[in-house]
Amino acid sequence: MTFIPLFFAIPLAAAFIIPILGKIAKSLIWIFVTLVSFSLFVLALYGTAVTQQYPMIVYEMGNWPPPLGIVMAFDSLSAFMVLVISVVVFAGSIFSLRYMSHYTGQWKFYTLYMLITAGMMGVSITGDLFNMFVFLEIAAISSYALVAFGVDAEELEASFKYMVMGEVGGLTFLLSIALLYAKTSTLNLADMANTLQMVGHTPFFWLVVGMLLFAFSIKAAFVPFHSWLPDAHPAAPAPISSLLSGIFIKVLGIYTTARLVFNVFGLSRANDPVFFNVLIGLGVLSIVFAGVTALSQRDYKRLLGYSSVSQVGYIMLGFGIGNYYGVAGAIFYILAHALGKGLLFLTSGSVVNATGTRDLTKLAGLGEKMSTTAWSFRFGGMSLIGLPPLVGFFAKYLIVLGALKSGFWWLAILAIALSVLTLAYLLKIENNVFMKKGRAQASKAPFTMRIAMVFLVVLIILFGIGFQQVIDFLVGPAANALLRGIEYANLVFGSAGTNF
Amino acid sequence: MIIFLSCIILFLIGLYAIVTKRNLIKIVIGFALIEYAVNLLFALVGFRFGMLAPIITRVDAPHRFVDPIPQALVLTAIVIALGTTALMLTVALRIYDRYKTFDIGEIRKLKG
Repeated sequence: MTFIPLFFAIPLAAAFIIPILGKIAKSLIWIFVTLVSFSLFVLALYGTAVTQQYPMIVYEMGNWPPPLGIVMAFDSLSAFMVLVISVVVFAGSIFSLRYMSHYTGQWKFYTLYMLITAGMMGVSITGDLFNMFVFLEIAAISSYALVAFGVDAEELEASFKYMVMGEVGGLTFLLSIALLYAKTSTLNLADMANTLQMVGHTPFFWLVVGMLLFAFSIKAAFVPFHSWLPDAHPAAPAPISSLLSGIFIKVLGIYTTARLVFNVFGLSRANDPVFFNVLIGLGVLSIVFAGVTALSQRDYKRLLGYSSVSQVGYIMLGFGIGNYYGVAGAIFYILAHALGKGLLFLTSGSVVNATGTRDLTKLAGLGEKMSTTAWSFRFGGMSLIGLPPLVGFFAKYLIVLGALKSGFWWLAILAIALSVLTLAYLLKIENNVFMKKGRAQASKAPFTMRIAMVFLVVLIILFGIGFQQVIDFLVGPAANALLRGIEYANLVFGSAGTNF
Repeated sequence: MIIFLSCIILFLIGLYAIVTKRNLIKIVIGFALIEYAVNLLFALVGFRFGMLAPIITRVDAPHRFVDPIPQALVLTAIVIALGTTALMLTVALRIYDRYKTFDIGEIRKLKG
C-alpha cells in the first residue's frame, strides 16, 4: 500500500463527503475539514521523511508502466511543495471556523476548499503533462468559484476578470500540450524529456517554451500579466486570499515552470543564458513595478495583493540566477512567502471580521485592542522584509548569495535595495491600522483565529532559527532535484516498479 | 499543413473576440471558439490519413489505426471546457443581476 495517491485522494474524497455531512450534521463539517487537513500535514511530513532515503518514488496508476500509463513521481521537490501546501491549508481551515460563520452555504465553501487542495496536491506530484493540466484546471475552477463566493458586485467582477485571464493561460497550456504531443508522441514527463533531447532546440521547441512561459506567467501573475491578481485575491474570503496568495500562484505558476524548464526541457544557465535572463527580467520587473504600485494603495488586502506580485518576482529572480544557491533560495522563498503572506492575509481577515472595513484611511488604533493580530502582522511583515532570524531573511540571503556567486553583483544590490519598498508599503499598514491613535470599536479576534495566526508565527520563527536543518532536509534536496536536469527521466524509469 | 494553420487561425479569432468584445456573453463565445480550436488540433494530431478507427474487431493490424490517445484527451478537455463555460455564464448572469448590463465598460467598480 503506497501513500502517494493519498495526497489527492483524501481531499478529493473529503470534498464529496462534505455535502452529505452538510445534510446530516452541519457542525461536524469544520471538525472534519480540520482533521482532513491535519492528516494531510502529517502525511506530508511522512513523505518528506521518506524522500530523505529514496530520491524518487513512482506510483503507477492502474499498474501501467511509465511510458504507457499515468505516473505519480514523488521526489524531494514534490515533498517540499506538498508540505507547504498542507501547512497553509491547515492554518486556513482553522481560521475559517469563525470567519466563515456569517456566510451562508458553508458546505459549498468547504467542498471547494478541499477541491482546490486536491488540485494543488495533484499538480505537485504528477509525472504526466496532461494529468498536470487536469489537476491545474480542478484547482483553477475551484478558485474562480471561491473568489466569487460572496456574490457581491465587486467579487463577481473580480471573478470574471480572473476567469478570463486564467482561462487564456489554461487554454494556451493545453495548446502547447497538443504541440508537444505532436512532436514527441508522449505525455509522460520523463519520456518527453528523453524525446525532446533527441529533437534538439529547434525554433518549434522555443515556440512551445515561449507559449508555456506565457501560460504560467499568467497563472503566477508576473508583471505584464498581473492585472487580475490585485482584484481577485482581495475579493475572496480571507482564508482563501491566504491560500491563493500563499501557495496557489506558486504551485500553478512557479512550480510548473521550474519543473518543466529544468527537468523536462533540460535548460540550464550555462547553455541557455538568454532564456534565464528573460526569467530574471520578469522577476525584476515584477518586484519594481508591483512594489511601487503597492505604495499608493488604500485598501488593506489590495496592498497585500500587489505585495504578492512583487514578492513572487524574487522567486523568479532566484530561478533565473540558476545556480545552486539561486535555485535553493527561490525554493526557500516559496516557503518563506507562503508563511509570511499567508499570515498577513489572515491578519487582514481578522481586522475585517472585527471592523467590517478594509480601507486604510478609516482604520485606526487597533494595535492595543487586537494585540495578537498586530504582533502577528509585525512578525509576518518582518519576515517578508527579511530581518534575521526570521525565515524570510535566510531565503533572501540565499538568493543574494546566488547572485554574487554568478557575478550578478548589481542584482544582489537590487534585491537588497528593493527590500526598502517592501518595508515602505508594509509600514503604511502598520502606521494606519495598528500604530495610529484613534477610537476603534473592535474586540479581540476570536480564539480559533488567534490559534491559526500564532501557528504561522511559530513556524516563521522556528524555520528561521532552524534554517540549517531546513536547508539540509527540505530546500537542499528540492534544489538538487531541479538541478538534476533530465537525469530526472532516468530516475523515474529506474524507480518504476519499486514497491513503496 | 493548411489544416493545422486553420486551427491556429480559429484560435486567434477566439482570442480576438476575448480581447476586443465589450459584451460578457461575446467574451464567453470567444472562449468557446478557442476551445474548439484546441480540441480540433488535438484530434488532427492523432489523425493518420487512410487509417482505421482504433477499435479492435479482429486480431489484425493495430499499426493501421489512428492514434487513439488524443481522442481520449479531447474528451477530457471537453468536460473541463464545459465546466468553465458553465461557470463563466453563471457569473455573467449574476453580474447582470447586480449591474443590469453586460457591457464591460460599465462594469468597473474595481480600480487602482
